[in-house]
Amino acid sequence: MSEKPKLALYWASSCGGCEIAVLGLHEKILNVAEAFDIVFWPCVMDFKYADVEAMDDDSIDVCLFNGAIRNDENARLAHLLRRKSKVMVAFGSCASGGSMPGLANFTDRDAMFDWIYHKSPTTDNPDGIVPMKHTDVPEGDLELPGFWHTVKTLAQVVPVDYFLPGCPPEASSIEMAVNAILTGQLPPPGSVIGPDVTVCDECPREKHEKKIKRFYRPYEIIPDPDTCLLEQGLFCAGIATRSGCGARCPQVGMGCRGCYGPNEGVVDHGAKILTGIASVLDAQTPEEVDAILDTLPDPAGYFYRFHLPDSLLRRRARANGEKIVAPASEAAGEPA
Amino acid sequence: MSEQEKRVGVYVCHCGHNIAGTVDVEHVAEWSQHLPNVVISRDNKFMCASTGQEQIEEDIKEFGLTHVVVASCSPHMHEKTFRNACARAGMNPYLFEMANIREHASWVHPNDRDGATNKAKALVSAAVHRVIHHEPLEPMQVKIRPETLVVGGGIAGIQAALEIADAGYHVYLVEREPSIGGHMAMFDKTFPTLDCSACILTPKMFDAGAHPNITLLTYSEVEKVDGYVGNFTVRVRKRARMVDEDLCTGCGSCWDKCPIKVVDDVFEAGMGYRKAIYRPFPQAVPKYPVIDVENCTYFKTGKCRMCEKVCPTEAIRFDMEDQYVDLEVGNVILATGYKLFDCRRIPNYGYGRLENVFSSLEFERLTNAAGPTEGKVVLRDGETVPESVAIIHCVGSRDKNYNEHCSAICCMSSLKFAHLVMEKTGAQVYNFYIDMRPISKGYEEFYHRILSEGTTFIRGKVSEITDAAHAPDEEGKLIVVAEDTLIGKQRRVPVDMVILAAGLEPRADSQAVGYMFGVGCGDTGFFTERHPKLDPVATATEGVFIAGACQGAKDIPDSVAQGAAAAARVLGTISRREVALEPVRASIDESRCSGCRICNNMCPYNAIDFIEAEGVSRVNPALCKGCGTCVAACPSQVITGAHFTFDQLMAEIDGILVDVTGEMPLVTEVI
Repeated sequence: MSEKPKLALYWASSCGGCEIAVLGLHEKILNVAEAFDIVFWPCVMDFKYADVEAMDDDSIDVCLFNGAIRNDENARLAHLLRRKSKVMVAFGSCASGGSMPGLANFTDRDAMFDWIYHKSPTTDNPDGIVPMKHTDVPEGDLELPGFWHTVKTLAQVVPVDYFLPGCPPEASSIEMAVNAILTGQLPPPGSVIGPDVTVCDECPREKHEKKIKRFYRPYEIIPDPDTCLLEQGLFCAGIATRSGCGARCPQVGMGCRGCYGPNEGVVDHGAKILTGIASVLDAQTPEEVDAILDTLPDPAGYFYRFHLPDSLLRRRARANGEKIVAPASEAAGEPA
Repeated sequence: MSEQEKRVGVYVCHCGHNIAGTVDVEHVAEWSQHLPNVVISRDNKFMCASTGQEQIEEDIKEFGLTHVVVASCSPHMHEKTFRNACARAGMNPYLFEMANIREHASWVHPNDRDGATNKAKALVSAAVHRVIHHEPLEPMQVKIRPETLVVGGGIAGIQAALEIADAGYHVYLVEREPSIGGHMAMFDKTFPTLDCSACILTPKMFDAGAHPNITLLTYSEVEKVDGYVGNFTVRVRKRARMVDEDLCTGCGSCWDKCPIKVVDDVFEAGMGYRKAIYRPFPQAVPKYPVIDVENCTYFKTGKCRMCEKVCPTEAIRFDMEDQYVDLEVGNVILATGYKLFDCRRIPNYGYGRLENVFSSLEFERLTNAAGPTEGKVVLRDGETVPESVAIIHCVGSRDKNYNEHCSAICCMSSLKFAHLVMEKTGAQVYNFYIDMRPISKGYEEFYHRILSEGTTFIRGKVSEITDAAHAPDEEGKLIVVAEDTLIGKQRRVPVDMVILAAGLEPRADSQAVGYMFGVGCGDTGFFTERHPKLDPVATATEGVFIAGACQGAKDIPDSVAQGAAAAARVLGTISRREVALEPVRASIDESRCSGCRICNNMCPYNAIDFIEAEGVSRVNPALCKGCGTCVAACPSQVITGAHFTFDQLMAEIDGILVDVTGEMPLVTEVI
C-alpha cells in the first residue's frame, strides 16, 4: 500500500460547526478517509498532543485548522501543527478572520470575566470564584491555559498557506479545497480558496438602484421573494462578501451575514459593508442618517461579525480609553 | 519593473523662507535619502524656478530616475509644472508625486520647527512610498462640438454670446423671462458715467436677437444636462408663449386691447402694471408678447379672446403647448445672475410696512423715464415730491444675520441714487453707510462729485426706520435711527422717503442649477470657480464656465469682463477641436463586478450605467471626473480609481506612519 498523504484537523476557539461541516460531506467523508491518512482529529478520535509532538517536522501533509486563537492552548497547538505540517489551512471563519469569538475584541478580558463570573443575571457565584491560570489543590498545581486579552486569527499567530472561509465552509467549498490539495492545483500560497466575486453574483434576486429609508429586522416584514433584500431594508452583507456559498441565505429570505468574509483584495470587511450600506442610505441630512441607522441595532456587530480581529481596527481600547497591554508572549502570538 | 528596480528622486523645496523658515529643509532632504528606492535627494531654493525644473530633468537622465517626488507647495499650485518637467525628460508625468510641506507643514506650524520638520519628513515618506506604485497614465482625447449654450440673457450672458457668435460659432442663448436684458434693462442710469442703461444695453440686445449665429430661446429653461466637455446634450423646455412667433409682428394691438391689468412684479418690481398679454418693456428682445395664463380671462373662464380678435396677423394660439428642444453643445456658460435681497427680512427697516420705504430696484423703476412715473421721483401716493430722502447702504450685506459678503454694487448705486434724487427733486439726501467702497475706475471720483453736490453722509449702521415720532418735527415723517460713529452720537433723522440699497444674493435655485451642470456653490451660494484668483470663470466641471453675478456679486463692467472671459475660454477649446481629459478616472473590472448596483446612484456626474444584459456596471470614462465616490462605495472593491488605487493609498498610509524622529526612517509594525 502506497503511503497516503497525512491529514490533521484541529479545533481551536470555535463552536464546533466546522467539524460538523467536515462530517457534512456525508458519504464523501469516506473519500477523504480513503485519500488521506488522518493522523490527528481530536474531535472524533482519541489523540494526545504528545502524539503530535512526537511526529517529525513537516510530516503532516495538510492541516485543516479551525477556530480563532484566544488562549495559550490555541496558540500552542497552532505553533505545533504549523511546525509539523507542510500545508496549513485556516479552515472556516474563526481561523480566517476571528469570527464570533473575535467579537470579544469589542470588550476586554477583565470586563468579560466580570460580566460572565459576577454580573450576568444568570450567574450564581456567591464565592466570587474566577478561573485562575494556576490553582493549588492538595494533589498539586492545576493549570488552565492563559486567557488572552485579544482574539487573534490563525494567520496573526503562524504563517498560513490557504484560507477556506465560511461559517462553516459549505461542503462544496471543502470539496473544492480537498480536490485542489489532492490534485496539487493550488493557487499561490496566502490565497483564499474561492471565487473572487461577491454573493450578489450568485444571488438570483433582482437588483435595482438602491435607496434605503429604514432597516427592518427579519421578523418585521415578509420580503418580496424576487427583489434584493437590501433594497427592501433587510441587512444583507452579500454586497461585500465573497461568494462560494451559493447565496444560500438570501435565497431563503435571510440577509447574508458575511461569513465568507471580504472579497479578494479587501483588507477590512466591516469597512466595506459599512461604505456599501452608507452609500445607499436615502438621507439628505446627518439627522436623517442617524434616524436610519437607529433602525439597525448593533451596527458594529453587523459589520464586523466575522472579521474584527483581522480588520484595520483589530480591537477597541478599554472603555475608559486605557490602552490594553498584553504580555509579551501574547503580543508575539506565542503561548506563555 | 520590479520594486527594486524603481529609482526615485526626491526634491525638497525651500520656497524662499516659506518652507525653509520653519522646516529644516536640508535635514529633510538628507533623511529622505534613506527612504526605500530613493537614489537621489536634494534641496533647492525654488523648485518651480527653471533651475529647479531643469535639475529634475537632468537627474532623470543622469540617474535613470523612474519616479519623482517634489516636496513643496500644494499640488493646486505646481503639480502641473513638475509633471511637465518630468514629461520633458521623457517620463510619464503621472509617475510624479507631490508632497505638500508648505500648506501642510511650515505654514500651519510656524512656531514648531521640530514638529514641522518631522511632519515634512512623514509627508515625503508617504509620497515616496506611494509613488513607486504609480503607473503611467495617458489622457483621453475627446472632440469638441463648436456650439455653445449660454444660460441667462443678462448682460454677462449677452456679452458671452456675442463674443462667441462674432467669432463665427453658434450659440444657444436660453433665458427664463420673455425677454433678454436681465437686471440691466430695468435700470435708468449706470454709475459712474450716468449714461442711460437702456441706451448702451439695447443695441447689444438687438445684436444678440438678430445675430445669425445666435439662437434665442426666451421664456425657456434648461431641464436636463447629459454628457461631458465637448459633447453635452441639453434639454430645454420652451414654455408656450401662446403667440406664434412666425406670424407676430410685435405691433402691440393685443396688449393695448387686453382688458386685464396685472401688477408687474418682475420687470417693474411691483411698481407698475402690465397686461395679461404683455411684453415686459418696449425694447424687449424678442419683440413678441406672451400670455400670462394665470391671469388671462380666457384661460380662467374660456371667454374674452380679445387679443385674438384684434391681432392683425392671427398670431394668437391659445392651444400652444410647451415644447422641448434638445441641443448638442460642446461648452456651457452659466450667466444666471443674482436675486435682490428681500428687504422684508429686516423687519426693523419697515419695508412692506412703511409705505415710503423703497427697495433699490423699486427706485430704479421710479426714476426710469420708461417706468411707471415716467421718471418722476415721488412718494408711494404717486404725486408728492419728497423734500428729504435717506439712502441706506449695505441692506442685507456685510451683516452676519443675512449675508456676510459685500454686494459690491450698493455703494455706487446709492451714490447714483443720491445724485438722481437731488437732480430731480432738490431734496436733502442723507446716505447712511458703514464704509465707502468705491473701488473701481472712476468710482472714487464719482464719490467726490456726490460729496460736493451736498449729500449728507452719515457713517453708521441704521438700527431702525420708524414712523413713531418723538418730536414735533418728526410728525408724519419716517425717522431713520442710526449711530453716527464719526461723532459718537445716536441720531434720528426725519425724512419723507427711504431707499434701501438691497444686497445681491444667489438665485433661489442656484443649488439645483449648479447640481444639474456639475457646478458647486460655496458658503454664500454663488457658483464656485475653479480657482478664485487664477481661474475665475472655469468650474470644477470641464466645459462648464460661469460669468457675471452668478459667480459673486459684481457690477456691470465686471460682468461684461467675465462674460467675455468665459467666451474666450470657450473659443479656446473650440479652436483646439479636441480636449485632453485627465486620465484620473474610475474603472470597473467587469469580470469581477457582481452587479449589486450599490455604485449606480452614487456618481455625481451620472457616469455609471448598469448593463442589464451582462449584470455589471460600467463607467463612462468621458463623464467620469475621478472623484472616487464609487471607488470607496464599491463593496466588492472591483472599482479602481486610476492614480488613487488601493495599493497607492495603503502605501501612502504605510509611508506616513514611518517613525520620523530619528536620523534614519524607521518602519515600525503597527500592532
